[in-house]
Amino acid sequence: MSAILFDRIDEPGLNDIAVYEKRGGYEALKKALTVPTAGIIEELKASGLRGRGGAGFPLGTKASFIPTADIDKYLVCNADESEPGTFKDRELMQKNPHLLIEGMIIAAYAVGANRSFIYIRGEYELQANILEEAIAQAKASGYIGENILGSGFSLDLVLHRGAGAYICGEETGLLDSLEGKRGNPRLKPPFPANQGLFQGPTLINNVETLATIPPILRMGGSEYAKLGVENSAGTKLVSISGNVQRPGNYEIELGMSSRDIIYGLAGGPDEGRTVKFWFPGGSSSPVLTADDLDLAYDFDTLAKAGTMLGSGAIIVVDDTNSVVDVALTLASFYKHESCGKCTPCREGTTWTVKMLQRIQDGEATPMDLDIISSVQEQIIGNCLCVLGDAMAMPVSSLVTKFRAEFEEHIEAARERNGLGMTPPPASEEPALSL
Amino acid sequence: MTEVTRFTHGSRIPGWDDAVDPDKAPAPVPDAATTPVPAELRQEIEAEMAKYPVSRSALIPALHAAQRVHGWCSPEAIEQVATVMGITPGEVAAVATFYDMFETKPVGRQTIYVCTNISCSLRGGDKILAAMKAAAEGDADFNIRGFECLGACDMAPMASVNGDFVGPLEPADCAQIVSDLKGGLEVIPSKQLRARPCADPAGNVAVTSNEGGQS
Ligand SMILES: Cc1cc2nc3c(=O)[nH]c(=O)nc-3n(C[C@H](O)[C@H](O)[C@H](O)COP(=O)(O)O)c2cc1C
Ligand code: FES
Repeated sequence: MSAILFDRIDEPGLNDIAVYEKRGGYEALKKALTVPTAGIIEELKASGLRGRGGAGFPLGTKASFIPTADIDKYLVCNADESEPGTFKDRELMQKNPHLLIEGMIIAAYAVGANRSFIYIRGEYELQANILEEAIAQAKASGYIGENILGSGFSLDLVLHRGAGAYICGEETGLLDSLEGKRGNPRLKPPFPANQGLFQGPTLINNVETLATIPPILRMGGSEYAKLGVENSAGTKLVSISGNVQRPGNYEIELGMSSRDIIYGLAGGPDEGRTVKFWFPGGSSSPVLTADDLDLAYDFDTLAKAGTMLGSGAIIVVDDTNSVVDVALTLASFYKHESCGKCTPCREGTTWTVKMLQRIQDGEATPMDLDIISSVQEQIIGNCLCVLGDAMAMPVSSLVTKFRAEFEEHIEAARERNGLGMTPPPASEEPALSL
Repeated sequence: MTEVTRFTHGSRIPGWDDAVDPDKAPAPVPDAATTPVPAELRQEIEAEMAKYPVSRSALIPALHAAQRVHGWCSPEAIEQVATVMGITPGEVAAVATFYDMFETKPVGRQTIYVCTNISCSLRGGDKILAAMKAAAEGDADFNIRGFECLGACDMAPMASVNGDFVGPLEPADCAQIVSDLKGGLEVIPSKQLRARPCADPAGNVAVTSNEGGQS
């Protein structure tokens, strides 16, 4: 497979518009502006491209939800990239910013949006500066502004820096943040396609999703759909990190074996160590174990295995690590990032951290594991957004799949702590003889 | 048994547990006549406001600008943002306290975020944080914070040093970083993100001809 998004990604000066144009950049835009907008949406539908930000919703379908009426409409690029383990958008924006910009202009044209925004996480300073420069170049070349290339279509593009909050990656939290407020998620419906930024219809997509639009139009939607497997068309940038020898971003064709990604591309764990468990789609995805390494890496296969492809971020944890440490780091993140609006998430993340801390401190009993599991159940599905679920699902999977290790840890920590052995579970208690 | 402390829920919101005076009247929009704003800061905020159909959208960019001038989101900085944007200091403070990058207490100018999230902690991120704190011990010019995933887990364990990403770090690098900053030097250039090639061999194929567009 030849690279699509990572095609000659390290070419020197690619962030400059001249280099980008020399390799065929902005040609897809020129062509798009001569096609009726409905035709572009049809191409996007034909490509089968599913959103790359986490939820995997088909791009063409989402774009077709935007009303065609002549009203103020908006396009927002989600460049908040804060899901632990995810760093693919960073590399794309830093090295090929014009690919994203070209994709955004085409998407805005397709849905009739005249104002567009890139919401980039505040910590990405280098990438923000590069994008700012690239946007200025695109404006100077007439690709952004009034009456673009004589088409009659006008577009403004503003780069907006966030300030450090995971919840601003959630699309409605992002919209509130972009309106200058605290990034609290909104009740859905209404969905952003009907009522989003400044109450107007808003198309909101991930960086990688939008950057795939120019290649789709160059190849043709049906040609792109031939890449990958059924229901998971195309290529995907996968961020691999944790205990692997060659961490980094790799572009894969969806449907590749997970083992080939983790061992073949990333080199697997260090000599003498083995994979204990792995997060297939960012820290929010339920974990898989070494037994699952032969699963195909695509949306449906991972969903069937009870987890998700998410943002395409694989975190590998090897056998030298304690499952309790990982669970505590994980839960602490969601506790810190919970915006506090919904009680089950705010309190559930807080108490989960406290209970895991009790386990670490040797103050827990195996009953705490049941309470942890029940708290997770009470979070899932009970909040405005899925931040709480994003902790509950992986934590539940860790407790279920590694219960024996949690119990051993509880026992050992209690002994270290001088609290002695825990009482045997109720079922094994000798019956009281009266 | 750990005693459960009531009403300190470890909220991310600083000041959540501070005493409040319910009788205090809410602060109005500060009077421009009695709230001087440095000309450059005013200009920058006004330029940001002009970019958006609703000027309130410029609040986060305005706070970034004010923090750069004042070193933190001080009450004075908040008043200045409020007067230029025509909103109350309460509205500004509510936003400033929500976001991790805004400092709501006075801090040193040299800002280092050390990532302690999953991928970095699997590779020793917590040791890096401890080493960084030790290296800058007692120097009020340094603001060293453990931080959530910074989106650079490929270079774990890593840190953001005044906005520049560096990694993978060894504990010994921390003293180097601190002394580089004190000397006004660029920190460990060979470990900077901007110098890092893509890991994917397919993305690094040699450029032979640029003609004819993408293959
Ligand atoms: C807590 C939370 C955090 C999220 N963070 C991001 C993010 O950083 N980047 C992103 O693209 N999508 C993120 N999403 C998903 C967005 O809500 C949304 O589904 C996505 O931007 C849609 O774009 P796509 O269809 O192109 O994937 C997050 C969702 C949740 C619930
Ligand atoms: S976990 Fe440290 S940068 Fe992602």
